[in-house]
Amino acid sequence: MPNIDRVKAFLTLLPSIILIGIFVYGFIGNTFWISLTDWGGVGALAEHPVKNFAGFINYKDLFTGFLGGGFRQDLVNAVFYSVMLLCGAVGMGLFIAILLDNKPRGEAFFRTVFLYPMSLSFIVSGTIWRWMLSPQGGVNILPTFVGFEPLHFRWLSSTGAILEFNWQNLLQVAFYIISFILILCGLWLLRQVPQKAVKRYLLPGVIVGATGWLAGDILPKALFMEEIHGFNLATFGIILATIWQYSGYTMALYLAGFTGISQDLRDASMLDGASNAGYYRHIALPLVKPITISAVIILSHISLKMFDLIFAMTGPDNGETGHPALNMYLTTFRANDFSRGAAIAIILFLIAATFIIPYLISSYRQRRTK
Amino acid sequence: MKPRISIGTFALYGGLLLLAAVYLLPAYLTLVTSLKFPGDISLPQSWDLPPTVNYGSFADAIALLKPNIINSVILAVSATLLSTVLGSLNGYVFSKWKFPGSEIVFTLFLFGMFIPYQVILIPLFQTLRAINLYGGLPGLILAHVVYGLPITSLIFRNFYAQIPDSLMESATLDGAGFFSIYTRIIFPLSIPGFVVTSLWQFTQIWNEFLWGICLTRHTSNPITVGLAQLAGGQAVSWNLPMAGSILAALPVLLIYILLGRYFIRGLLAGSVKG
Repeated sequence: MPNIDRVKAFLTLLPSIILIGIFVYGFIGNTFWISLTDWGGVGALAEHPVKNFAGFINYKDLFTGFLGGGFRQDLVNAVFYSVMLLCGAVGMGLFIAILLDNKPRGEAFFRTVFLYPMSLSFIVSGTIWRWMLSPQGGVNILPTFVGFEPLHFRWLSSTGAILEFNWQNLLQVAFYIISFILILCGLWLLRQVPQKAVKRYLLPGVIVGATGWLAGDILPKALFMEEIHGFNLATFGIILATIWQYSGYTMALYLAGFTGISQDLRDASMLDGASNAGYYRHIALPLVKPITISAVIILSHISLKMFDLIFAMTGPDNGETGHPALNMYLTTFRANDFSRGAAIAIILFLIAATFIIPYLISSYRQRRTK
Repeated sequence: MKPRISIGTFALYGGLLLLAAVYLLPAYLTLVTSLKFPGDISLPQSWDLPPTVNYGSFADAIALLKPNIINSVILAVSATLLSTVLGSLNGYVFSKWKFPGSEIVFTLFLFGMFIPYQVILIPLFQTLRAINLYGGLPGLILAHVVYGLPITSLIFRNFYAQIPDSLMESATLDGAGFFSIYTRIIFPLSIPGFVVTSLWQFTQIWNEFLWGICLTRHTSNPITVGLAQLAGGQAVSWNLPMAGSILAALPVLLIYILLGRYFIRGLLAGSVKG
């Protein structure tokens, strides 16, 4: 094709490249720079605010500072939000997709019902769920319709917490979590590749766990004082609303995947004596593994963006249900502490980048080999 | 084959109906609450049907949210239009006019779709202030167009990848260039692509909240911000926020129910296959 057209093609794309370059990459760099300054306080909103280089002091304050406790609880909340949303939405979506994959009558109707929450704004669903979860009404009195006692759980205002740990022992907790994950993987693989499972997962898992337990006292402390964090029960209502809104999404993904599996394969497996459960466990699920990965990536991304939903359900400054995204907004736009807000944003970004970048690289490789 | 009701089918339909009921409960509660008089709303009776139907909440909610609705319509329509057209051109280049490194550029575009938007918020706020676009709709439109580019380019790129290259080649032999191929061949074939992309963008922009609250002044607030303020006060009686929620949900819900097929295609396209 003529060269002049190639130039035209590139020039068509160029404005978008420049825009993305500035608004995505330039701005991320700028935010990182801001996070290393002391921009904030009285003159923060001036035309040309004073910014002095301050190094990593904002990050240090957030993780180990006296006043960073709120942020640390937000971070813990974010972990629980993500994990619970992932398990809930993937599990629920998969379950519904399997039900619908049996091609019941009215499949289209059911699909619409399960997916409609997805089209709503988080502000709309948050407003509705705040009313659903009011202490003496809504969900709490549902059991009375089938003859049970009403619930008394204070969904959004409970101050209880479970799975508590001391932030001082952060390293030790990290050891336990790694050990737990390794042992879990080991047990999962034990049946298929027993040797590899023991050598690669179970043994290291036990060693890491034991190290954490034995060396707990000599590991460096993350804080100079005791600070308890845990899974705040008040976040449970918000997680419930997110699962309601996003399980339809995973359902749609899985349904598309299941429909792509040929009927022949299904018939063949049934002839071989596979039960329905066996078919999904050994044939369908392994085949839709790429979909599971996509779903996990997108849901983790959404869980980092839960700003809107929490804002609508409990307001932005509820300490119990906080999230780093809200903390960033309050720190930046209410307290005018721009550099601290930028540091929180960068932490959020790094968390997102750890799973987005590998995902994008692998999809890039796939495209290139095609 | 004779119809046979086994335990399996019974469990299947029972499970599905129960789940459907659970998923519809919030919609039911919203509707009945919005139709009640404030005096009839009490927590223990929240699930009951309204004793007397009150359509007044909708009139009140419309009166309160009217400026926000107008803002959101202007915002969503213009930002959708711009980002869709740009996305179509980008997708055309990315799929049919690959140049060395175009796949890397495309991957770098996609990254912009997955960042938590907090990370660009402060520079965006500063930039809009510097170019005098802070506080009004044009600034918000600009943000939505720029950060909409990754997803619109992605959907169009995958859409155009299905158009056979042979069509392009024969057009080139006829002497058609970059733009005439687009206007004569690609564009006429892309109507479904435009429908999918613009529906997706419209719902995303209509539902967006973070930029709405951080980048606009009171008079330019979109509907989500208006609703959050309407529902935020503690003393407000619940029929009003519920009616407001229905108003805010209505356009996207209609899109979803009437054009669900296209909406789902946009949704699946968002999962970067391809």
